Amino acid sequence: MAISESSIMVGFSVIAALLVGLPIGTFLFLCRKGQLLENRFVFSSLNLIVNIIRSFPFLLLVIFMIPFTRFVMGTAIGTAAATLPMMVIAIAHYSRLVEQSLLDVPKGVIHAAVSMGASVKDIIFKFLYVEARSALVLSMTTSTISFISYSTIMGVVGGGGIGDFAIRYGYLQYRTDLMIYIIIIIVIFVQLIQYAGITLARKIDKR
Amino acid sequence: MITLHNVTKRYGTFKAIQSISLNIKAGEIHGIIGASGAGKSTLLRMMNLLEKPDEGDVIINNKKLNHLKGKEIRHIRQFLGMIFQGYHLVGNKTVFDNVAVALEIAKITKKDRTERVMESLRFVGLETHKDQYPSQLSGGQKQRVAIARAIVNNPKVLLCDEPTSALDSKTTTEILEVLKQINQQFNVTIVIVSHELEVIRSLAERVTVMADGQIYDVVDIEPTGVNKIEKGAAAFVEQLKSGGDTNLS
Ligand SMILES: Nc1ncnc2c1ncn2[C@@H]1O[C@H](COP(=O)(O)OP(=O)(O)OP(=O)(O)O)[C@@H](O)[C@H]1O
Ligand SMILES: [Mg+2]
Repeated sequence: MAISESSIMVGFSVIAALLVGLPIGTFLFLCRKGQLLENRFVFSSLNLIVNIIRSFPFLLLVIFMIPFTRFVMGTAIGTAAATLPMMVIAIAHYSRLVEQSLLDVPKGVIHAAVSMGASVKDIIFKFLYVEARSALVLSMTTSTISFISYSTIMGVVGGGGIGDFAIRYGYLQYRTDLMIYIIIIIVIFVQLIQYAGITLARKIDKR
Repeated sequence: MITLHNVTKRYGTFKAIQSISLNIKAGEIHGIIGASGAGKSTLLRMMNLLEKPDEGDVIINNKKLNHLKGKEIRHIRQFLGMIFQGYHLVGNKTVFDNVAVALEIAKITKKDRTERVMESLRFVGLETHKDQYPSQLSGGQKQRVAIARAIVNNPKVLLCDEPTSALDSKTTTEILEVLKQINQQFNVTIVIVSHELEVIRSLAERVTVMADGQIYDVVDIEPTGVNKIEKGAAAFVEQLKSGGDTNLS
């Protein structure tokens, strides 16, 4: 039960990061000074929003978002409602890492693409994502591990999950063994994700 | 083929190119030589509008490029190949895919791509390396891949920015030979930028000598041209030594 709640929260965060964070991070990169869609206003605004969300202590962001969550989800309590702030932080988190990953693509590769007559869409899909794919995978790994960490505090809004389980039964009911057991599960799980991420990133890196 | 008419390029208040007019003839190999910072790359990059001139016109086949829209410029660029000192290959694509991407951009169907990519790789002598990645190739081989990528869409012009400056002299000779063949077999106009007199001398038929964002001279390489270029080159050395302001116009 607790594990499935955690999986839902983390799973939806990963999906949001990929579907929304990736495009936003790409756009952030493209709007930078000297890049293809250079636009100071758009870049500064987007950059500021991402920074603000990322600098919020996560617990405060969750509480701060309660009215918005209630408006969107109809309720601010429960796993589904807890998933919304998770998704917001996930998008901000991953988009920043995407931007950084794309900055590592050699500028010459982009110049060559432009000289071939590539459109912005061509450049994104045939050059940037191809050249940055290992970094994008590693970023996703880092993000996912952060999402797991974030998900453990969702008990405050009734989100449940294994973090909540550990606090409720392990800490409040003095079942230290349960708490340790859950921590071990989380540690092993994080190790697995890290290992999978690094292995995949290495495999697809041909540079 | 390519005409620059009174083009000027500024970076802030600094004039990298100062009102240059130049005509590149169809089918010729045109060299551009000059000291570092003279504006050679900037001038070359204006020929496919990687840099937009602040003043003046870039005219290709009687079409003013700088008044075209993004999509039209992209279309024209597909017929102006370009190679660079640093090759700029995609490290995560195989040799084959690095060449094929130029055809993907030009919306050539997959069926036709394979044949044309292989033809292009055969021309530069790398068909057996098609499944390798750039990291597995030597500098000369990487530049060959870049050349294959630049010519696969049958360009009318090949723009070369210091294509051999990172290569040893033997490899340089080989690459220049490939460029010469492209010019002769496919009648591709070649513009080659270099600060090495040897490179320009062995390849170009006509040379633009640049200094301080201006044209010092445009000379034919045979029979007396070489001397003129050497004189031009000597002038650069003098400038560099004296560090003085030059007024060549
Ligand atoms: N993006 C830029 N921003 C500011 N200044 C630039 C930019 N690009 C070029 N310049 C300046 O314009 C001048 C000409 O540069 P360019 O790269 O065309 O020289 P070059 O002749 O190709 O030199 P090199 O042999 O070193 O490649 C240089 O003084 C350079 O500093
Ligand atoms: Mg240069």
